[in-house]
Amino acid sequence: MIELENVTKVYRMGKVEVPALQGVSLTVQKGEMLAIMGPSGSGKSTMMNVIGCLDVPTSGRYVLEGDEVGRLTDDRLAEIRNRKIGFVFQTYNLLHRLTALGNVELPLLYGSGSNRRQRALEALERVGLGPRANHRPAELSGGEQQRVGIARALVKSPSILLADEPTGNLDSRSSIEIMAILQGLNQEEGLTVVIVTHEADIAEHTRRVVSMRDGQVVNDEPVRKPRQAVSIGEVRERR
Amino acid sequence: MSPLTTLRTALSSLGASKLRSGLTLLGIVIGVAAVISLMAIGRGAQQAITANIEALGTNLLFVRPGSTSQGGVFGGQGSASTLTLDDAYALLDTVYAPSVAAVAPELRATGQVVAGGKNTRTQVVGVTPEYQFVRNVPVASGQFVTWGQVDNISEVAVLGSGVSETLFGFRDPVGQTVRINGRQFTVVGVLKSQGGGVQGLFDDQVLVPITTVSYRLASQRTTQGGVTVQTVNVQVRSGDVIDSAVQEIATVLRLRHRITGDDDFTVSSQQATVETLQQTTNVFVVFLGAIASISLLVGGIGIMNIMLVSVTERTREIGIRKAMGAKRRDILLQFVSEATLLSLGGGGAGVLLGLGLSRLMDGRSLGNQTLHTVFSGDIAVLALVVSAAIGLFFGIYPAFRAARLHPIEALRYE
Repeated sequence: MIELENVTKVYRMGKVEVPALQGVSLTVQKGEMLAIMGPSGSGKSTMMNVIGCLDVPTSGRYVLEGDEVGRLTDDRLAEIRNRKIGFVFQTYNLLHRLTALGNVELPLLYGSGSNRRQRALEALERVGLGPRANHRPAELSGGEQQRVGIARALVKSPSILLADEPTGNLDSRSSIEIMAILQGLNQEEGLTVVIVTHEADIAEHTRRVVSMRDGQVVNDEPVRKPRQAVSIGEVRERR
Repeated sequence: MSPLTTLRTALSSLGASKLRSGLTLLGIVIGVAAVISLMAIGRGAQQAITANIEALGTNLLFVRPGSTSQGGVFGGQGSASTLTLDDAYALLDTVYAPSVAAVAPELRATGQVVAGGKNTRTQVVGVTPEYQFVRNVPVASGQFVTWGQVDNISEVAVLGSGVSETLFGFRDPVGQTVRINGRQFTVVGVLKSQGGGVQGLFDDQVLVPITTVSYRLASQRTTQGGVTVQTVNVQVRSGDVIDSAVQEIATVLRLRHRITGDDDFTVSSQQATVETLQQTTNVFVVFLGAIASISLLVGGIGIMNIMLVSVTERTREIGIRKAMGAKRRDILLQFVSEATLLSLGGGGAGVLLGLGLSRLMDGRSLGNQTLHTVFSGDIAVLALVVSAAIGLFFGIYPAFRAARLHPIEALRYE
């Protein structure tokens, strides 16, 4: 489903060339849940951008669901992001003047399809935020904002959910909630989830950890006993 | 992204910063309103001027004796220097001058007009009955000069409304007598008041049979004793044949005066005067519009400024939208439509404000002049189109900058 083959990425900073990825190969099967770990500067963010089709590799091959993505135009990449990839960001990246519902509708604006409102509402209900649909981000807690972010990532039924430090700005309780949702989506619906993190205990919630350093994959192993976060239902019951 | 969604998104973005959008809009509103109201004033003045000229009667040509008639003319002695009544009526020749519909010769003199204890110094115009129609001077009371009176050299007068008022107040002077340069004249009619403008000159004139001026008041005759005229007003059949009418008149007069060299007369057309004036006033209107357009331009720069600020402020939003699958075109369209909405909205409001202003100014007196404004739909449409174009023009660069942003850099922007 995701095949990276000897991918390199070189950034130009003026006259200096900065290699961010130096020959990375990685294969991710459908339905996997993995964490990409590494210290800052290890190239994990670049990896995430390449997988998310926000950027193209300098060399190497990237095949996403059978499509060679590496050499596509900006507009084709935008289309693929719209159809196949759901992003979850560390800082949520919600638009403040839109309601939760409006934010979730956003990906639906850039593609065909009807019943935008209905589909957005369903996505919000999946993350347990149906009743908060008409609240603006400022009226929501950090955890709730991130759940809106997840709903937005889900609304187009993507092939991959890419989460970049999804719990980085959250307290531990909200972090657990978010991980519970991501685990639920992976285990119950078979959604492929890729999480970029530097927190080991977040990585332990996945089933495979890819470690990176200096733009290379240094370690790639399954998590022997994945930690199970409590599901949304349980969170709700506990309240 | 569908056009409707684009529009809705643009509206909601503008609505998010109402004060800023409002102020930007105001720039365009003022610009468009200035263009509209100044053009309305300009058009009003233009219309007033041309209406003034056209009131003289349409399709008019004036034949006057040439000023160079004294020197260098050899053939046709005697009558050559002056136009005669016979010259005037010769222009009615249907073979040589088929384009001429009517002629109205006139001969002027200055006269002291006395009635009762009042007197006034005024122009006495010798005319024939056609004058009434050719120069469009309707009678309010009594009647115009008749052919019988012309033939008999009758001492009758038709008073201009102003003259009548000066001498007789508001009484009807028909049947009364006045003395013109010592001779007794019977008043047979009073002209309708024509108000301001060129036509208003008739209010202060006295019309008498042309022969009376020639034989009794001016004693200006040719050596053969014919009646000379100062101007022959020629009505042409239609505006299309004015040029040929000029040629025909020249031919007839050259034949009659046996001219081989320089003409001893000039033919000038009403149309030429109107056209010259229209050209002049057009320059005036365009000038006013151009001045007002400067404020429109400033408004457009205001839009560009705000859009650039907006793009910078919303860099992150652009990154988010791009990550969600927005293409370059989507972003470009979003910002262009925001700018166009601003300018079109401003344009619409400006048209209304300009319309209101020109209505307000219409008929106001300005010194001793009455301000006259003409609001026309074409200017309104033009202003709308121009303001939309300004939005497009000044919006496209900021929008292009927004569309060109790289999603990763835009997302990282703080």
